[in-house]
Amino acid sequence: MTRYIVRRLLSLPLLLLGIVSLAFLISHATQGDPLASIVSERQMDNPEVVAAAKARWGLDKSLPEQYFIYIRNLLSGDLGTSFRTKQPVAQDLLERLPATLELVIAAMLLGSTTGIVLGVLAARFRDRVIDHAARLWALIGSSTPVFWSGLIFLYIFSVVLGWLPGPGRLDARATPPEGLTGFLTIDALLIGDMGLFWDALHHLMLPALVLGWTVMGIVSRLVRASMLDVLSQDYITAARARGAGEVRVLLNHALRNALVPTLTIIGFTFAYLITGAVLTEAIFSWTGIGSYAVDAARSLDYPAIMGVTIVGGAAFLLTNLATDIAYAFADPRIRLS
Amino acid sequence: MTAPLLEVRDLGIAIGALDVVRGVDLSLGRGKTLGLVGESGCGKSITMLAIMGLLSEHVRVTGSIRLSGDELVGKPQSALAELRGKRMAMIFQDPMTSLNPVMTVGEQLGEAIAIHQPRMKRQARQARALDLLRLVAIPFPDRRLLQYPHELSGGMRQRVMIAIAMANDPELLIADEPTTALDVTVQAQIMELLQRLQAERHMGMLLISHDLGVVGDIADEVAIMYAGRICERGSVDAVFDSPHHPYTHGLLASLPQIDRTVGKLASIPGALPSLASRPQGCRFHPRCFHAQETCRREEPQLRPVASGAVAACHFAEIAVPSRKAEEVA
Ligand SMILES: Nc1ncnc2c1ncn2[C@@H]1O[C@H](COP(=O)(O)OP(=O)(O)OP(=O)(O)O)[C@@H](O)[C@H]1O
Ligand code: SF4
Ligand SMILES: [Mg+2]
Repeated sequence: MTRYIVRRLLSLPLLLLGIVSLAFLISHATQGDPLASIVSERQMDNPEVVAAAKARWGLDKSLPEQYFIYIRNLLSGDLGTSFRTKQPVAQDLLERLPATLELVIAAMLLGSTTGIVLGVLAARFRDRVIDHAARLWALIGSSTPVFWSGLIFLYIFSVVLGWLPGPGRLDARATPPEGLTGFLTIDALLIGDMGLFWDALHHLMLPALVLGWTVMGIVSRLVRASMLDVLSQDYITAARARGAGEVRVLLNHALRNALVPTLTIIGFTFAYLITGAVLTEAIFSWTGIGSYAVDAARSLDYPAIMGVTIVGGAAFLLTNLATDIAYAFADPRIRLS
Repeated sequence: MTAPLLEVRDLGIAIGALDVVRGVDLSLGRGKTLGLVGESGCGKSITMLAIMGLLSEHVRVTGSIRLSGDELVGKPQSALAELRGKRMAMIFQDPMTSLNPVMTVGEQLGEAIAIHQPRMKRQARQARALDLLRLVAIPFPDRRLLQYPHELSGGMRQRVMIAIAMANDPELLIADEPTTALDVTVQAQIMELLQRLQAERHMGMLLISHDLGVVGDIADEVAIMYAGRICERGSVDAVFDSPHHPYTHGLLASLPQIDRTVGKLASIPGALPSLASRPQGCRFHPRCFHAQETCRREEPQLRPVASGAVAACHFAEIAVPSRKAEEVA
């Protein structure tokens, strides 16, 4: 097992290089001209300005040359400078990533726990009211577009009821602490500012709820299906035959087995949401990776696009590895083989 | 007179409109062994699950099941769970699938003990688990406690299942084809183990088997089941020496070559009818060499026959043994 993990870890950089190269090719193969977002429209007719800009951003070099320069810089941690923000991409990403992670982790915690509880209940009370209700609720959660549920939640909880604040990560008057983790809730606790903590938490609630609802829909359906499968196994009857009560059968025997396939979908969803929470981020003015990716794509900001791709690729590879490790812990048949 | 260990009266099991089992009577004394024999699908397992109270709520169970006089039919699940594993225990056909794959042998043994003896300390439980593994003659028991089911062979897993069943010294052990899924060499060892445990602990044992040979060896009483009904029941001596039901006769005639894999009986033509297409009258008549007009119309009831057993056949006294039967065999 340890050897397997080490081997996987060693292959990570190689896989990442593959992703980077592919992303480089695809983004540079597009027809658009990134100069349009670098040089103002009026200046586009001025050959000197255009040539200077090309030279400044390395666009005068051949594609292979650009590629090797990019990879060389990447190895020293330099992701280039964004055409659009004129800031180092690495810095942009570091500013955005914690916001997305904070949102996605909160949504995953919320969605996975409620999804598991709902899935277990639905399987236990199969075809009864509680099952139908749980399935309907999950279906709505996983099929309602986030921009729609997001707006409705905002309208209800923020506008009508006034319980929760509107978009953004903090009150406009508050200043976020600098130089810490970038997770505002954690940073607020670190500097011991409870007022700031509640503010950050309140801002986090709605987007996490909206995103978590989708997660809950996905997780609860999978948990229900695998619980039903497990509950029909012989070892469940055998557990009952030794006197195990309903709760013990459901949690100790069935859920422990049903969670194994669930881990995969939880890992996958997490990785997907790192770059896939765009709509939620847009609606809640959450300055995360998703909205950064959209802006970068719109202005053909190669370095930024590449940066986002690397983050997304790394997220997938790492969660994949984490899922496999968790899988092995959950299932001794894998761990011991 | 004290009540027998297990007394089943007029047991009926129905799923929706389908009668799976009807009018089953069984009786088992303390320390005795009752063999239940019949083709695959005739309703043996479902009858055992009904006794254990393990059928889902969609399955309707009627009649009476008494454990030492205590009525089990209609008991709430929580009360049944208290009896299961403590006064009655069960081992299953397939040891490969009846142990939880993500729990160690020790965890599952420990659970079987802890459920009924919640106050027992961890260490005492551990020691008890170890004793149980020794009881079922598992080599290197302390190492086994930490292993997972997939690390054990089929025979070892069945021993673990037996150890789990023994955890609380049950009065009744139900063994549903405990050796069918095992290698031939291991089968005899497991049967021996069960016999030894039963004798040592004076346990009543309900043994299901396709294998009449095994039942003849170790059971005191035997019940033959066909299409959800008992067709002959009595002491092993009576039933084996002078079978009165043509089906029993056919089963015995096919000894010792019962096709264990398919569960079909070489000497009896035709196949067990499906649940939905059970014939009118005697359920066995389409396959019976002695079937008469009456058999097609009227269902025979169990009644005493000369051997001292009971048989459900209109022609129990004359149908067997007959020359025709020998020919068919
Ligand atoms: N939950 C269920 N739903 C529908 N039919 C069922 C169910 N359980 C059992 N049956 C049917 O009841 C009949 C009896 O099944 P049972 O498992 O008791 O047979 P068996 O005698 O134990 O056979 P085998 O020797 O193969 O184990 C079969 O026809 C089976 O298809
Ligand atoms: S009642 Fe008739 S059909 Fe049924 S077993 Fe007896 S002789 Fe055969
Ligand atoms: Mg069976």
